[in-house]
Amino acid sequence: MKPNTQQLNDLTIQVRRDILRMVHAVNSGHPGGSLGCTEFLVALYQVIMDRKEGFDMDGIGEDVFFLSNGHISPVFYSVLARSGYFPVSELATFRHINSRLQGHPTTHEGLPGVRMASGSLGQGMSVAVGAAQAKKLNGDNHLVYSLHGDGELQEGQNWEAMMYASAYKVDNYIATIDLNGKQIDGSTDEVLNMGSISAKFVAFGWEVVEIQQGNNIEAILAGMADAKSRTGKGRPVCVLLHTEMGNGVDFMMHTHAWHGKAPNDEQLQKAFDQNAVTLGDY
Amino acid sequence: MKKYTNTGSKDTRSGFGAGLTELGKTNENVVALCADLIGSLKMDDFKANHPERFFQVGIAEANMIGMAAGLTIGGKIPFTGTFANFSTGRVYDQIRQSVAYSDKNVKICASHAGLTLGEDGATHQILEDIGLMKMLPGMTVINTCDYNQTKAATIAIAEHHGPVYLRFGRPSVPNFTSETGEDFVIGKAMMLNEGTDVTIVATGHLVWEALVAAEALEAKGISAEVINIHTIKPLDEEAILKSVGKTGCIVTAEEHNILGGLGESVARVLSLNNPAPQEFVAVNDSFGESGTPAQLMEKYKLNNGAIVEAAEKAISRKK
Repeated sequence: MKPNTQQLNDLTIQVRRDILRMVHAVNSGHPGGSLGCTEFLVALYQVIMDRKEGFDMDGIGEDVFFLSNGHISPVFYSVLARSGYFPVSELATFRHINSRLQGHPTTHEGLPGVRMASGSLGQGMSVAVGAAQAKKLNGDNHLVYSLHGDGELQEGQNWEAMMYASAYKVDNYIATIDLNGKQIDGSTDEVLNMGSISAKFVAFGWEVVEIQQGNNIEAILAGMADAKSRTGKGRPVCVLLHTEMGNGVDFMMHTHAWHGKAPNDEQLQKAFDQNAVTLGDY
Repeated sequence: MKKYTNTGSKDTRSGFGAGLTELGKTNENVVALCADLIGSLKMDDFKANHPERFFQVGIAEANMIGMAAGLTIGGKIPFTGTFANFSTGRVYDQIRQSVAYSDKNVKICASHAGLTLGEDGATHQILEDIGLMKMLPGMTVINTCDYNQTKAATIAIAEHHGPVYLRFGRPSVPNFTSETGEDFVIGKAMMLNEGTDVTIVATGHLVWEALVAAEALEAKGISAEVINIHTIKPLDEEAILKSVGKTGCIVTAEEHNILGGLGESVARVLSLNNPAPQEFVAVNDSFGESGTPAQLMEKYKLNNGAIVEAAEKAISRKK
């Protein structure tokens, strides 16, 4: 049974609380991008992806996902835990010594749900393309999904992967770009203006789907259904997900200040006031 | 001393190609990726016989390493092929994060290693690759000595689960190890000649030079023990310590920078267990240059003459 809109919204709010509590507890981590992608990852894991029970590394017979912008690990961990990959209580170990929940995701500690280490930016698309090719070799009709930051596209390896994916018709793959227009040093336009990302993907031979309301679950579901309908037709598919960094916490929105900064006690309380408990804190 | 016969010089990269061809027939999970150097890496046969399992990625090594990591998810065993420089230094972070730290079963196969790539010069002659690769936790590092051993190693690493760096070269070098390669075991040093006065541990095509040097030393009345260290990591520490326990001194020989190579790994083992005089035959912290392989081996002192000299010096330092 897929969850209804109310259930998805409740989960979204709870994931936001998880993110805030995780980064607050260790006074480090990346809440801004995590909050911006909360609705997307909730929708992806709860509705969009066809997933098996449990976890195995090969992921044969199910859709698989790669997080390339590994710094938004708080939202990834929260959604994985709340999708049943590991106990929700383990979120309390985020960034602690001896934890499976490292600052950036890793397979090294055996955390279920993670298939690739990420953190050093720009590597996830190549990995996803390789996994998509393995699916084809295995006669597995399931899809590969990935998520990338927009600033991350400044890394050249992405463009190697984009060239390859269209040249070799990797059409069982949907790459989503989190277009929040912000990176550590400021707006993406100020730091290194990339021009039209959409035009660039089109020029590289990709199908492009834009989701203008990237923090609206209904819009995400509709856009991803559109993206899915474009797979299997000889082209890789790119989703440009327009999001608001820090979404759901008013003072974290419309700024890049919360990219890699944790809230203090007072700020945490203020954020909680805007996101009351739904499913229960970890 | 034990005699070894060169059955006909061949390039080690052709041994890789032959091993890959064999794997194509015997292991359907083996896939191969190449960054626009199919002919140089001798991957033509595999490509022709298994086009669906061959991935030409173009001149995009970072993407190749990442794709290889992704292909393991779904049970494939990817072999990547390009020059040693572009297999390591160019893609170090991709190997570090997507392969080594992610525990991926990728085989990084690197040709044209070291000075003996020859005329192309220092831009292509990497002498730092063994060091780069051995520093990565979990990475197995193999540097084979001839055609037969390269073929055997290529086949063996497919059965070994975990990331591997397999290093070989461009020029023809003497081919003298067993044709069947049944004596090749990852991590197990090969005793080639027993001796009592000095231990010579060599890797890559310097193993043959070590054998030639041992003959010259024998003519001078010096008994040299020669060990083929094809696996630099994990290092067969027991074999080295046992030998040095007998001879009391050692020479290491490799086509690599003196910093970061086999010599330093051996020095560490000795310093922890049984400090003994050690001499290094290696490139003395410099870049290479254009020239023929033979000229470069001579100029950078990577040949049998250099090994003889080093052996005599090591012996003279014994207390």
